[in-house]
Amino acid sequence: MNAHAEAIAQYNFAYLDEQTKRMIRRAILKAIAIPGYQVPFASREMPMPYGWGTGGVQVTASVIGPQDVLKVIDQGADDTTNAVSIRAFFQKVAQVSVTTHTGEATIIQTRHRIPEEPLKEGQVLVYQVPIPEPLRFLEPRETETRKMHALEEYGLMHVKLYEDIAQHGHIATTFAYPVKVEGRYVMDPSPTPKFDNPKMHMSKALQLFGAGREKRIYAIPPYTHVESLDFDDHPFEVQRFEEPCALCGAHGVYLDEVVLDDRGGRMFVCSDTDHCEERRAEGHRGHLSGEEAAT
Amino acid sequence: MYVAVKGGEAAIRNAHKLLADRRRGDRSVPALTLEQITGQLALAVDRVMAEGSLYDCGLAALAVKQARGDMIEAIFLLRAYRTTLPRFGYTRPIETAAMLVERRVSATYKDLPGGQLLGPTFDYTHRLLDPELAGDSDPATPETRERESEAMPRVSDILAHEGLIEEDGSLPENREPGDITREAPEFPMDRDLRLQALSRGDEGFLLALGYSTQRGFGRNHPFAGEIRIGEVDVEIDVPELDFPLTLGRIRVTECQMVNQFKGSMKVPPQFTRGYGLVFGQSERKAMAMALCDRALRASELGEDITAPAQDEEFVISHADNVQATGFVEHLKLPHYVDFQAELGLVRQMRREYEERRQADAEKPQRREAAE
Amino acid sequence: MSLASIAIEGGFRNPVFDAQSVFRALMQAMAEPGTVARDLGLTRPPAPLTPEAAAVALTSCDQDTPIWLDAPLAAEEAVRAWLAFHTGAPLTATPSEAHFAFCAEPENLIGLENFAQGSQEYPDRSATLILQVKSLSGGPELLLEGPGIETQRTLAPHPMPRHFTRQWAQNRARFPRGIDLVLVSREGMAALPRTTRIVNQEG
Repeated sequence: MNAHAEAIAQYNFAYLDEQTKRMIRRAILKAIAIPGYQVPFASREMPMPYGWGTGGVQVTASVIGPQDVLKVIDQGADDTTNAVSIRAFFQKVAQVSVTTHTGEATIIQTRHRIPEEPLKEGQVLVYQVPIPEPLRFLEPRETETRKMHALEEYGLMHVKLYEDIAQHGHIATTFAYPVKVEGRYVMDPSPTPKFDNPKMHMSKALQLFGAGREKRIYAIPPYTHVESLDFDDHPFEVQRFEEPCALCGAHGVYLDEVVLDDRGGRMFVCSDTDHCEERRAEGHRGHLSGEEAAT
Repeated sequence: MYVAVKGGEAAIRNAHKLLADRRRGDRSVPALTLEQITGQLALAVDRVMAEGSLYDCGLAALAVKQARGDMIEAIFLLRAYRTTLPRFGYTRPIETAAMLVERRVSATYKDLPGGQLLGPTFDYTHRLLDPELAGDSDPATPETRERESEAMPRVSDILAHEGLIEEDGSLPENREPGDITREAPEFPMDRDLRLQALSRGDEGFLLALGYSTQRGFGRNHPFAGEIRIGEVDVEIDVPELDFPLTLGRIRVTECQMVNQFKGSMKVPPQFTRGYGLVFGQSERKAMAMALCDRALRASELGEDITAPAQDEEFVISHADNVQATGFVEHLKLPHYVDFQAELGLVRQMRREYEERRQADAEKPQRREAAE
Repeated sequence: MSLASIAIEGGFRNPVFDAQSVFRALMQAMAEPGTVARDLGLTRPPAPLTPEAAAVALTSCDQDTPIWLDAPLAAEEAVRAWLAFHTGAPLTATPSEAHFAFCAEPENLIGLENFAQGSQEYPDRSATLILQVKSLSGGPELLLEGPGIETQRTLAPHPMPRHFTRQWAQNRARFPRGIDLVLVSREGMAALPRTTRIVNQEG
């Protein structure tokens, strides 16, 4: 078993073998050339479970080099357990520098959020995607949805959104809200809240999406038109919060609701923990931050 | 003052320490050796190799131990290791007709060349818990066969002799067998790829689907033509040599299901087939696989697709337990950002609903006041 | 030097990290069409294959990706042997079968429509062409728009395939099908994905 034990310890830089990286890199380049189109790729088994970021991890592993600075977030936070676990994985297998600061990162791997701080040219945002097919819940068959994309036949999606309006008075999709990329492909932005959709439009950063279990990679190049689907009489709008962040006082950011007691006590704080910390470091204060802003 | 929860790293570290402790259990009891697991829990090891799609008893035993006996976790460990291995080439198809047979039964013939051979089977055991096994039992040495050399032709070959059964499936010319671990799946899928997916598919899932075909959801009139278990040579062609090189031997279970006959203007009536092949000893899996293989050939054989087991995309997309467990279990990851988005919408809709009710309630009053 | 030693030498000095940095340059070039990525991890291939084109080959090609070579490259046995040794990629004489096509004389290149365009269902199954140009800045200026470009960007590669702007407009019209171009010279690497529009009037 010792020979086995030794053999198990040998992994390539960034875990994936070079042939796998080449295959994923080719898929990434085609994904960039056809924005919003889902490129099939021969996703590998990773040492973390499917559904826990294997697609994002494979994309990051194929892109990352020793010069990169990596940030990993889950729900907007750097310290959620799965973000911690993925960051530790890359520290171990690629020995890269890591950061929690959005501005310092060259690659940001994310699940469910886009950072509040606008991204810069040269940055790469890698999304973990559970179900890449925006039409999947309307039509479970790949054979059918592939045809719909080929024919640009997206009527079903509009019907679904319109039925929402008829039934609820609103489009009932609040996250994974479908977008149209460069006027052609309808795309799933991954389960980010629709609050983040406008950040995808004309973003300065390259956005890469990896779905490991479903074996798809797609991309949005920088400066690409990304429109959220809507109707003239029901234009797309994002969530608004009635109060600012209780810690940093920020308005116009996405907030987590934190339950404080069992009597209905709750507070709202920034979901983007780095953004919140930086604001507090700059002296911004919310009503529950415990100390008064410098007077 | 509110302080956001921190310390993910420490929590993970501590959880894994606790896991290691529980895995080891009572320190006064000797730790399991891998030899004990490969020797005494051999069918567990076989299942892990089959669904982990890596033939290595030692590593599979290690995976079983590391996974604390959780089979899908062990399969996952083996898969994640397998994916990192370099690929040197593809072997020749194994020749199951030349198998060193340990067990071979046919339900279609009373006797046949090579005979019926029960081998090490649970069949016909009375399922009574055996108190002796609770201790360190030392069973009697079993009888062994003398004649090892008698040829044991496959039942499908016997039937093929009369032309009463369809031939072994063959690939179209110029088409190399695919590899589901190197290509993204595409539907409709060819049978070579389907069989690969079934062979590493979850035993429980295939068992349930196979069972469903017997109960009428895509019935295909199966007879267990033959089940054979034993060792076969694994050979590879080397460009410089004009004979194949034998890499070693693996134990496999093969099931040839003889199914519903077919005929047409061009093809005379003949039986169709379903095929199952699995690493190690696993008849249940091989038989279930054969039933599913046959069911999935519905469109090829011009049958109506009416049942789940015949639905290729449904079966193949959901047969892999490593994928399934990952996605089902990912629901325990935090989703509070999405939940917040739903919460916000439901609260807004609730507010609008209350306002409407309020307005409706006030309307008649206003009318009364006007009168 | 014998053919065998020519074939074996001149690969990446550090295959893992050189491939990573060339890929990043390629990714940047493809994501921001018209920009020139410089400082590639270099190779020393036999002529007329250039170090920059060879770096793309080593980064992108392997057993799974048939390669097509234009006549000047295909004529050179050392080039074929070098690519075979370092990438393992099979060579094909049929342009529509190639995943990657390398071209030493863009001005003599066959029409772009001869290469794999992908299908409407699988537009990714299309060829990537690597053109060895003499310069990325010395030719007639192309005014570029499209994804990856905030407003407009210019690139002036030379030489380019005959009637290039017209051919490119036809390639663009096939979207989502179509080929993607990588242009390499001593200055570095630029790319024109199929989404890029050339908007200056044909001169």
